[in-house]
Amino acid sequence: MTPFQTVSGVAAPLPMANIDTDVIMPKQFLKRIDREGLAIGAFHDLRFDETGKPRPDFILNKLPYNAAKFLICGDNFGCGSSREYAVWGLQQLGIRAIIAPSIAGIFFGNCEKNGLLALTLPQPDIDHLMHCAMSGDTCMMVIDLNAQIIHTASKRISFDIPDARKQLLLSGADHVQQTLDQTDLIATFEADQADRRPWLWSRG
Amino acid sequence: MSVCPSMTMPKTLYEKLIDQHCVTRIDADHVLLYVDFHIMNEYTSPQAFAGLHSAARPVRRAGAHLAVIDHVNPTRPITDLSQIADSGGRLQIETLGQNCARHGIELFDLFDPRQGIEHVVVPENGFAWPGMVIACGDSHTTTYGAFGALAYGIGTSEIEHVLATQTLVYRVLAPMQVRIDGALPLGVSAKDIVMAFVKDVGAAGASGYAVEFTGSTVAALSVEARMTLCNMAVEAGARAALIAPDATVFNYLQGRPHAPKGADWEAACVDWQTLQSDPDARFAKTVTIDASTIAPLVTWGTSPDQSVPITGCVPEQADARALDYMGLHAGQQLTDITIDRAFIGSCTNARIEDLRRAATILRGRRVAGGVTALVVPGSKQVRAMAEDEGLDRIFKDAGFEWRGAGCSMCLAMNDDVIPEGERCASSTNRNFEGRQGRGARTHLMSPEMVAAAAVTGTLTDVRTMMDPAP
Repeated sequence: MTPFQTVSGVAAPLPMANIDTDVIMPKQFLKRIDREGLAIGAFHDLRFDETGKPRPDFILNKLPYNAAKFLICGDNFGCGSSREYAVWGLQQLGIRAIIAPSIAGIFFGNCEKNGLLALTLPQPDIDHLMHCAMSGDTCMMVIDLNAQIIHTASKRISFDIPDARKQLLLSGADHVQQTLDQTDLIATFEADQADRRPWLWSRG
Repeated sequence: MSVCPSMTMPKTLYEKLIDQHCVTRIDADHVLLYVDFHIMNEYTSPQAFAGLHSAARPVRRAGAHLAVIDHVNPTRPITDLSQIADSGGRLQIETLGQNCARHGIELFDLFDPRQGIEHVVVPENGFAWPGMVIACGDSHTTTYGAFGALAYGIGTSEIEHVLATQTLVYRVLAPMQVRIDGALPLGVSAKDIVMAFVKDVGAAGASGYAVEFTGSTVAALSVEARMTLCNMAVEAGARAALIAPDATVFNYLQGRPHAPKGADWEAACVDWQTLQSDPDARFAKTVTIDASTIAPLVTWGTSPDQSVPITGCVPEQADARALDYMGLHAGQQLTDITIDRAFIGSCTNARIEDLRRAATILRGRRVAGGVTALVVPGSKQVRAMAEDEGLDRIFKDAGFEWRGAGCSMCLAMNDDVIPEGERCASSTNRNFEGRQGRGARTHLMSPEMVAAAAVTGTLTDVRTMMDPAP
């Protein structure tokens, strides 16, 4: 996956709470076996009307937000269905980070596995970022993952991130390979479980 | 005198399940968690297999996976995949078949008599047991908490991770107790309990928590009702929902095709008795619900926590965007809202007990003119059981369409889609914008409430159509 180190770009405000994955990636874009062609689907029904024309009022259709790299969001962003298509679509739209007071669990995990930075911050920090994002004059931000700092025009906001997550994002490493490097531990666990709880191994 | 505190520290059921499946601790918040059983469907798995293949990795433990076709299949009868008009859905179904054959994974394909919604099929065939960790690429995997299994939804990258390693990198949650006591009133069922919970704590109220449902009301529920409760806990943001397993669960499981047998069964039952929170275990948060005060609930908005009792009105301070989407106004009486569609189905409410309760309301009654009504049994086995009991006749005589098994109109990935602007009384789990079709308006409620609304053509208090309790 693409490493996330220092990224600068436009932050778009999406203050609504409970933006679910049906809204982020509607069902008609889920009928595929690859991860391609999903940019058109991202926020589709908010971005386009019934005839497929862009809705001029939607934030991501306006300058400069049509080039947004960061979304400053309301509570519980990404709730609902587990569909990872939502994350792939946001990335294909150019989004590199989601910042919200809370982010739904499965969506959060999906972001992490694809190198999309998902950050939950305290409300006062969100309020500042939202305020900055609301104006075309102050919506440029820089996220320095290594230093764990978001730079806005007027402030530096620091954030916490567990080191294992941070290293995975910085390096863009293969998360499956990281675990496969611990195959011995898994094999030991399996042997122990087969001994203690043999019924769990009756299916093979 | 001194004893190692970690040995004596009382633990919640959730903490015990984490301990039993911890391969190694990664950091303060994360463990590498062993997955005992993993379920796949056709729409969230293809890219996981593709990732596995491009890295030339094998499946670690093929016998620990099951695949089921449920999300995209039509519910009208077909005899061959070529009859599926939607080429994308057909390709997903074919691809899952090829992937399972290649890796030796058991598949309930579209023509298997055991096919149906994954979360209905897995329990009825005895695949979900107490004490397991179960993962599936579907958010409603919390359903298996009804068995005392730690079960949760995952994304496609995590499916690939489970296939390759039989583990997941897992963020440990805080335990929350939801204590429910009191007798359930007439006309109120597990759907109303869980909707009351979601309304109480909010759509993100259990985010970061693993919920354990306890109390006398929960202990009195059937396993199917417990599944409804755990299934929709994810609508409050809970990544796990648990109920301590008891004799009700053991009786449900015993003798099912894939449940442990013989000496395995005996040993398992002894172990499963220990799967309870210790009396002094500490929960990070406790919520109490008095079941005797719950009335049948209906959502008015576009988030599952936006609900009111059927006797109530759309709230005065209701979210304007939700009202606009739903075509409602603040203060409107719920029972004045007319519907175009009625849908009984989904992994929340399409098991045999759900169909029985709905049929009780529909017996001798007719669906109102102008209402299109659909029943989609949760599985082919549920459908066959209902037909043996004559429930299909009750539904059909009332004017419902009697369909094949699948997720269907719950998320409208197949051809069961609600047209723009139409309003549906639905026994499903999400009333999101566009969920049942672009511009479709969803009101969530119990299956018996859907039956009542279908008959009158307006949202209706099912209690007015029931015989009073003896």
